[in-house]
Amino acid sequence: MTYGITKRIGSIKFSCLSPEEIRKMSAIKVITPDTYDDEGYPYSGGLMDPHMGVIEPGIRCKTCGCKVDECPGHFGHIELALPVIHVGFIKDIKMLLESTCCKCGRLMLSPEQIKDRMDSMEKMEELGGGTIEKKLFTKDTAKDASGKAVCPYCNETQIKIKLDKPTTFREVEDNHKLTPKEVRERLERIPDEDLRALGIDPETCRPEWMVLTVLAVPPVSVRPSITLEAGDKSEDDLTHKLVDVLRINQRLRENRDAGAPQLIVEDLWELLQYHVTTYFDNQTSGIPPARHRSGRPLKTLEQRLKGKEGRFRSNLSGKRVNFSARTVISPDPLLSINDVGVPTFAARELTVPLRVNQYNIEKVREIVRRGPMADKLDFPYVPGANYVIRADGRKIRITERNAEEVAEGLDIGYTVERQLIDGDVVLFNRQPSLHRMSMMAHRVKVMEGKTFRFNLCVCPPYNADFDGDEMNLHVLQSDEARAEARIIMQVQENILSPRYGGPIIGAIHDHITGAYFLTHNNPRFNAEEAANIMFKLDDVPMPEPFIDETTGEKYWTGRQLFSTILPKGFNTSFRANICQCTNRAECKKGNCPNDGYVIIRDGELKCGTIDVKAIGNSKGKILDRIARDYGSERAAQFINQVTRLALGALMNHGFSTGISDEDIPQEALLQIGNNTNEHIDKVTALVDSYRSGTLQQMPGRSLRETLEVSVMKELGEARDEAGDIAGKYLGMDNPAVIMAKAGARGSMLNLSQMAGCVGQQAVRGERLSRGYWDRTLSHFEKGDLGAYARGFCSNSYKSGLTPTEFFFHAMGGREGLVDTAVRTSRSGYMQRRLVSALEDLKLTSDGTVRNTVGTVVQFKYGEDGVDPAKTVRGKAIDLDDLFFEVFGDSAEDFIQDNEKDVGGDYGSLEKDEMEYIEEEGDGEDMDDLDIDYDGGGE
Amino acid sequence: MATENISFNVLTHCLVPEHHLLSQEEAQAVLDRKGIKLEQLPKIRKSDPGVKVLESIHGPIEEGRVIKIVRKSRTAQEFVAYRLVTRG
Repeated sequence: MTYGITKRIGSIKFSCLSPEEIRKMSAIKVITPDTYDDEGYPYSGGLMDPHMGVIEPGIRCKTCGCKVDECPGHFGHIELALPVIHVGFIKDIKMLLESTCCKCGRLMLSPEQIKDRMDSMEKMEELGGGTIEKKLFTKDTAKDASGKAVCPYCNETQIKIKLDKPTTFREVEDNHKLTPKEVRERLERIPDEDLRALGIDPETCRPEWMVLTVLAVPPVSVRPSITLEAGDKSEDDLTHKLVDVLRINQRLRENRDAGAPQLIVEDLWELLQYHVTTYFDNQTSGIPPARHRSGRPLKTLEQRLKGKEGRFRSNLSGKRVNFSARTVISPDPLLSINDVGVPTFAARELTVPLRVNQYNIEKVREIVRRGPMADKLDFPYVPGANYVIRADGRKIRITERNAEEVAEGLDIGYTVERQLIDGDVVLFNRQPSLHRMSMMAHRVKVMEGKTFRFNLCVCPPYNADFDGDEMNLHVLQSDEARAEARIIMQVQENILSPRYGGPIIGAIHDHITGAYFLTHNNPRFNAEEAANIMFKLDDVPMPEPFIDETTGEKYWTGRQLFSTILPKGFNTSFRANICQCTNRAECKKGNCPNDGYVIIRDGELKCGTIDVKAIGNSKGKILDRIARDYGSERAAQFINQVTRLALGALMNHGFSTGISDEDIPQEALLQIGNNTNEHIDKVTALVDSYRSGTLQQMPGRSLRETLEVSVMKELGEARDEAGDIAGKYLGMDNPAVIMAKAGARGSMLNLSQMAGCVGQQAVRGERLSRGYWDRTLSHFEKGDLGAYARGFCSNSYKSGLTPTEFFFHAMGGREGLVDTAVRTSRSGYMQRRLVSALEDLKLTSDGTVRNTVGTVVQFKYGEDGVDPAKTVRGKAIDLDDLFFEVFGDSAEDFIQDNEKDVGGDYGSLEKDEMEYIEEEGDGEDMDDLDIDYDGGGE
Repeated sequence: MATENISFNVLTHCLVPEHHLLSQEEAQAVLDRKGIKLEQLPKIRKSDPGVKVLESIHGPIEEGRVIKIVRKSRTAQEFVAYRLVTRG
């Protein structure tokens, strides 16, 4: 098999068809407005004339003599009795009519101006001006020429022309309607030289061709008729439309030839114009769409091409592929982050081509001999083969029966389509594919079951969960593709996200809780416990145990176990998530009362608790450093090990959470109740003082606004204090609190809403106010401005909301839903626009960003040439890190407190955004804005 | 021509980067250094307010001249870009 380029397309030019061209390429003149006769044979000269190609097997095309699949189809044509305007060109026609003289047809500019314009066009081409610039320029030329009162050449007074909705031109002064014939005559008068100045090449496109005298009839294969079960035929929408055109055309011709009154002819002419217009575009504004008998609008030419379901977006940009699979996903914490578990059923179906050569022929023969093994879905899995492609390109399907024979006939140069085996490189993808991490390369691991499985750490980049999500898998077919995928698309190469220079793959949820239990306050583990935790790691030797001085028993500490997976020579220190300090000065470093300051020296965890800030996705500092300094492979290894270790520790400890975690003692409830009532009393007092006019007005605010602000503040305090009281009774031994403090899941706000008080509900940042006249619900008095009447929920989720509170809560909740729904659709549409604007840009080897033509867009990528994925939170170098490396611990002294501007939570904002999107709609409504973006920007 | 031809000198505004007109030789040197052809440069319209200010200083600027733009950059303190003057 050799490939070579015999011909190369230099350029493509789109232009108009002239009536002569249409006639020339036409195989037949269509005259009969009908398709098949009573016997089911197509009428000669009808719309299904066999000269226009064949759709039924066995019949030969009357033009080329070929059968169904060989005949490409041939155009026919309809001679229109009177010319009709083509809707697609209406804007150009208007432009031409306005800029040229109605009598002599000259472009209404002086010869010097025209010459100047032509010169500029030439210059523009020289300087690399594209079609867009030229189009803009010619538009400008036309604008300059139009609106003249008198023609500079023949001194004819010009009458302004107005376009009436889709296709009628009218002279403004006497309301005289221009017939298409008149329009055509005017266009015919425009001389060739003037057209060039307007950006039209008269060689290939004369403007009068935009007014149709002949209508091309597409081949039958473009509009095949369908035979229903009952035996009757159903015609394509286009055929229906062409029948209408033909029928009216015939009537128009007869009436005209018979000398019918002008009025009747004009009516028929207009009807013909309507049919031809809807034939091209059935959604033209200003005219009712042509409908099917059932009332469904017809799908005519433009509808076939336009929009998401159109030819372009659905058939040309979107393609279906072989060697792919889709199924439900589920988690497997024991797989490496690079792996994907593929069910045997899919693995038997998906294949990789193997070229047979002298070295592998025996091995391949063995695989082929096994056959497709279609029914062997159980374990252990042994790969078979599905197809053999001979050297001459013939494809042989291997069946159980012919496997032996095909295996014997195997020869060098054959290709065998082998079933998947462990280690094959595949692409794995989840929609919506919003960023490059939505499609990553994984290594196959064939497994039992029926779902795709992968490590939980890879959930965030795909934004996947396991509530029924499905994902796609594509098997790579060539060595180049496999190499490329492995080097740039593999999961481990995408640990650091280019969205923010930090890890997007890292420990989540339970991993973090587990790491907390492993390291918080450095717990001791006896031999059994330590072994239980450590056996989950392969190839990591058990560290030397400590000896308890009093009992003489061996024990291991959590920090010690954690240190086994850190690289040697690894140094870092940072504040953990559980750190309670509000500023840097407060921090006691190694003597933190909460064990909240992590110090790692030479790969040894000296103190501190490992939580999200250390190993979490998007925030994990240790992870970040390892990925940056030790490479992606070491980072992948670290993630695999740390998650296993954390899960080991969690399983050793045991962990569960439930609503009883938010149980607080009676006295606390009482305290919260009293506190809340106090605040509500204060609100009542505020309302009273507002009514009596004694409320002190705030600067820049009306009295009412002052009230609202102070009430919101008061009730905000009420909720916070309720949370604080509840928090006091929920200690660090509470699982829900541990999760919140370690950053695994949930927040203290969530907890205080469950245990303490839900707080004020708001819509658009204000207290609830709408509903009935002067009140939110009929349960309150008119004009009540008190806390309860305006959406304050003093109950907690746990104690249960009152009916009115529940309703208010639903109001506030609804706002959130609407917001996310709006946001997903908006951002989806914006992304679509952005991608189509940027899709052809590429970073070249000299560091410039260029488009496909080679024009420079940016002289240096990002102006500094730095890959954002390799930055530290967007900065090219992390100076603090450098100081530590050079000066050791003494660097502490001169590192400024800049944690604020770095924002220790880099990426968390984006994460929150993503989660919002995830929760609602799942990006489904992303495509509900089906707007075509090429429409003229007027 | 003097500055009074233009109603406002945009180059004095803090958000507008510096614009400089390059001589033909300088422009050629830039192209050689970057290894690109003239038409591969990004474009700037002759009607651009920045170009108009330059015109008021240097006299008319024909199409095909190159303008150097020095702007402050968040990533690289100062960044130099070049623009080809085109019709418009």
